[in-house]
Amino acid sequence: MAGVTPSQTIGPYWHLIGHDEWADLTRFGAGGERITLSGRIVDGEGLPVSDAAVEIWQADPPADDRFPGYGRAATDAEGRFRFTTIKPGPVPGRGNSLQAPHLALTLMARGLLVGLVTRVYFAGEALNDTDPVLAAIEPAPRRATLIAAPDGPGAWRLDIRLQGPDETVFLEV
Amino acid sequence: MNEWNPFRSLAAGTNPANDTPAYRSTAFRHPTAPLVKIPQTVTEISGPRFSPAHFPPMSDLSTVNGRAALGERIIVAGTVTDEDGRPVPNTMIEIWQANAAGRYDHERDQHDAPLDPNFHGEGRVFTDADGHYRFISVKPGSYPWRNHPNAWRPNHIHFSLFGPGFATRLITQMYFPGDPLLALDPIYLAVPAGARERLISRFDLALTAPEWALGYRFDFVLRGRSATPMEAG
Repeated sequence: MAGVTPSQTIGPYWHLIGHDEWADLTRFGAGGERITLSGRIVDGEGLPVSDAAVEIWQADPPADDRFPGYGRAATDAEGRFRFTTIKPGPVPGRGNSLQAPHLALTLMARGLLVGLVTRVYFAGEALNDTDPVLAAIEPAPRRATLIAAPDGPGAWRLDIRLQGPDETVFLEV
Repeated sequence: MNEWNPFRSLAAGTNPANDTPAYRSTAFRHPTAPLVKIPQTVTEISGPRFSPAHFPPMSDLSTVNGRAALGERIIVAGTVTDEDGRPVPNTMIEIWQANAAGRYDHERDQHDAPLDPNFHGEGRVFTDADGHYRFISVKPGSYPWRNHPNAWRPNHIHFSLFGPGFATRLITQMYFPGDPLLALDPIYLAVPAGARERLISRFDLALTAPEWALGYRFDFVLRGRSATPMEAG
């Protein structure tokens, strides 16, 4: 059995493979309820993380020729990122369970030797109360770090804190 | 074994820790709470598919508009497989690197080394049906960084791989054999001994193009799938 290739940091110059249009998952003409997801990433000193690559992946709606299901955005000088996508619906979980609508989010940056993985849920979804991943997070108040808040019509916002008292919950998948 | 089998957990001693004080930028960027382990679901087991139609390959980094970049021309090739040796076909590999002088074509890189108008440093290739990939470039130069006094990064090429699922995403760096800077590099040394050596490419005379380019072989191994499918029903 061959050993898995280890992870290394994406470093500060990953923008060489960056393409702004990748942040718009609707660019190939996908139909559905279009939303934006934006947020701001700060470090343990509260300073903006201005060189991060943020990626989202969603299992719903299913990816096809018009909807890649995947996007990548660069954070700006203030640590802000922004995606345009189609709002996901519920996704099957293990057994007969149903997961609340969510996106997977990966964060890579200089100073991160391994990318950080989290999820983005949407405030007000009834299924949030029974979602198995949210339920696995203790203490319960930390679950809020994964739940995006409405930020205007069709707009959602989730800020991410890499370190400190309100640290975002990161997942091992 | 099918596309709904979850991926196995990483063996201990594979990845570096995000809390690595010798790499100074980690200080305020590493989370302090332990990661929350979650069972893989369709979200983690499935992953993006990239079609060469939407994401055109760029397999020659050694020229811009037909003009050759300065530096030592190299061919880099290898395979992408999983831990069980199964090829990962048709998967996208993104590539980026500094030029032969050790300078990135990037506005934030202020190293006092020349840019090369004939080198940009972005590549993209797809594995074939058997998991093989290949591209052409020039050997990237070393460059100083301000991690500690007189710190220099070893020659390296950056890679981004997706693999079959969201859980197989990999960002890594490939190094060159015999580089004296490896023993001094906190980013390379952050990987546990026994695993870090996997990041060093192999010079391969059979891969060279006589009178034209040197050949380096580098194989990627992604997480394998567990033997049992995701629990259903």
